[in-house]
Amino acid sequence: MAIGDKKATRESYGMALAELGGKYDIVVMDADLSKSTKTDTFKKKFPERFINTGIAEGNMISTAAGIASTGKVVFASSFAMFAAGRAFEQIRNSVGYPKLNVKIGATHAGISVGEDGATHQCLEDIGIMRTIPGMVIINPADHVEAMAAVEAAVKYNGPVYLRFGRLPVPQIFDENDYKFEIGKGVQLAEGKDATIVATGLMVPYALEARELLKAEGIDAAVVNIHTIKPIDKDIIVKAAKNTGAIVTAEEHNVYCGLGSAVAEVVAENCPVPVLRVGTQDVFGKSGNPYDLLKEYGLSAENIAENVKKAIELK
Amino acid sequence: MSNVTKLHADRARKYAIKGIYNAKSGHPGGSLSIADILSVLYFEKMNINPADPKDPNRDRFVLSKGHCAPILYAILGERGYFPIEQCETLRQIDSIMQGHPDMKAIPGVDMSTGSLGQGISAANGMALSAKLDKKDYRVYAILGDGEIEEGQVWEAAMFAAHYKLDNITAFLDFNGLQIDGNITDVMDSNPIDEKFKAFNWNVITIDAHNYDEIRNAIDEAQKTKGKPTIIIAKSIKGKGVSFMENQASWHGSAPNEEQYNQAMAELDAAIAEDEAE
Repeated sequence: MAIGDKKATRESYGMALAELGGKYDIVVMDADLSKSTKTDTFKKKFPERFINTGIAEGNMISTAAGIASTGKVVFASSFAMFAAGRAFEQIRNSVGYPKLNVKIGATHAGISVGEDGATHQCLEDIGIMRTIPGMVIINPADHVEAMAAVEAAVKYNGPVYLRFGRLPVPQIFDENDYKFEIGKGVQLAEGKDATIVATGLMVPYALEARELLKAEGIDAAVVNIHTIKPIDKDIIVKAAKNTGAIVTAEEHNVYCGLGSAVAEVVAENCPVPVLRVGTQDVFGKSGNPYDLLKEYGLSAENIAENVKKAIELK
Repeated sequence: MSNVTKLHADRARKYAIKGIYNAKSGHPGGSLSIADILSVLYFEKMNINPADPKDPNRDRFVLSKGHCAPILYAILGERGYFPIEQCETLRQIDSIMQGHPDMKAIPGVDMSTGSLGQGISAANGMALSAKLDKKDYRVYAILGDGEIEEGQVWEAAMFAAHYKLDNITAFLDFNGLQIDGNITDVMDSNPIDEKFKAFNWNVITIDAHNYDEIRNAIDEAQKTKGKPTIIIAKSIKGKGVSFMENQASWHGSAPNEEQYNQAMAELDAAIAEDEAE
C-alpha cells in the first residue's frame, strides 16, 4: 500500500490481529460477524485462539473479562452499535470497573456504514465509551494508524475501545516513519488562522478543507486526534492559543464525541470559539456512504465553512 | 468433618450479619442460603491458598449473584484471606469491603460482580482460558434463581455447553424468592432443571444445606466430562436465622438492634452446637 491507496480500517484490524497473533498470546472473540469485522483473518491463522460466541454480545464481553482475568489479552469484536451499544453495561461493569485487559474491536462505526441504515450506523459510541472511567478510546484515521493502534492496545494494560470503519479510506501516513503513541495528537499541518481538529475518516477531509481555505487566503492548521480518551490536552491548548479558533470534525454525533472533548479542554484552559462538525443529533438513513457523508455535513466544504464562521467569532 | 465445615459456615453467617447490621444495608437472605455451599467449596474442595490469592493455577470462584457479597467476604475471612473482623466494616466508606465483590480491592475475590447475569459468563471465560492453557484448575460459580431471568445467563449456558466446559461447576441457589416476591409470581422460570438439560448441561439437584449432598455433587461434577454441570441447590433463604427464613422481605434489608441480637444469639447457639460435636 502507498499513500492515497484506500483500505477500510476494519481490514487493517483483521490484518493486525493476524500479524500480532504470532507475537503475543492474544485471544480474539467475535459474535458471528467475523467475516465483516475481519477477525476471520485471525481465525484462519490461529483457530484455537479464536472464540465465536454466536450472536450474544453481552455474553462475549463478560466472557472476555473472565479470560482476561487469567492474564490474557482479549480482543472482543462486533459492530460498534452492538459492542458499545448493546454491551455497554457489560463493558462498564465486567471490564471497566475491574480494569481488565479487554480490547473492544468495534467496526462499522459511523454513518459511512451506508446502505444498512440507521440501526447499524453507530454515532453514539464515542460518547458512551467516554463516560466509563479509565476507558481508552482510539479512532484511527487510516490503515497505518489502525495497524499501529492495535499493537499499542495489546501493549497497553487495561481496557481499550478501538473504533474502525467499513468504508475504504485513503492512506495518509507513511508506515516507515509513523509513530503511534496512545494519548498523543498529531500535528499534520501548521497554520495561524484556525485549527481543524479531526479524527478517523474526517482527517483527510480536514486536510482537503485546509487546501480549500488556502485558496481563500485562510491559513488553517490541522491536528489529528486518534486517541479521544485520554485526550491530548497540550496539543489542543496550543492550537487554541496559537490560532484562536477551533473546528472539530468527526463521524459521530456532535454531542459527547471529539467535539465535546475538545470543547471541554478549551473551555477549561483557553476559551476560544469551538465549532463542531459531526452529525447534528439525528439518526442516519440508508444510502451510498459518500452521499451520506455529504448530506450529513461530513465534508471538506462544510469543515471549511465552519472554519470561516469560527474565525468570525474570534 | 461435617461439623467443622458447618462451624466455618455458621461463623461466616455471623460475620455476614454483623457487617449488614453495621452498614444498615446489604443482603442477608441470599447470603445465609449459600453459606454451607461456600464453606464446602472453600474449606474442602477448592484448590486455593489464602497466602497466594493470585496463584495462576488456583481454582476460581465467581459469585454471579454478587449482592450476596457479605457471606463471600465472611468465608474468605474465615479461610484466612484477611482478618474476619474486617467483615464488620462492610459497605463503610473507608473499607475495602465494597457492597458488591471487587476483585481489585478484596483478596480472594476472583471476579467483580454485582450486575446479574455477567458473573457466569466471566466464569466461563476463566474455564475456557484453562482449556486453552491446558491447565486443570476448576471454576465454580453461584447463580441466584431470580438471576436466571437475565437473558445473558442463557447465552452463557449455551456457550459453556458449546465449548464443552466440563471444568465449570455452577450452583443455582434455588430459594424460590426474589426481591419482589416468589419467583413463581414474579417470573416463573420453572422447570429450571429441564431448561439446563435442554441447554446440554449435566444437572444435579441437591439440598443446599446437606453437606454430604453438596460434597457428592461437586465430586460428580468433577467426574463429568464433555459438559458443564449445574447443581440446583434447593435452599432456605435466610437459613440459620429463624425470623429471616423463607421471607422475601429479608432479601435486601438490615436487622434492627433487637433482631440483630436475636440473630447473634441463634448463630452463637449453632456455633456452640457445631463445636460440641
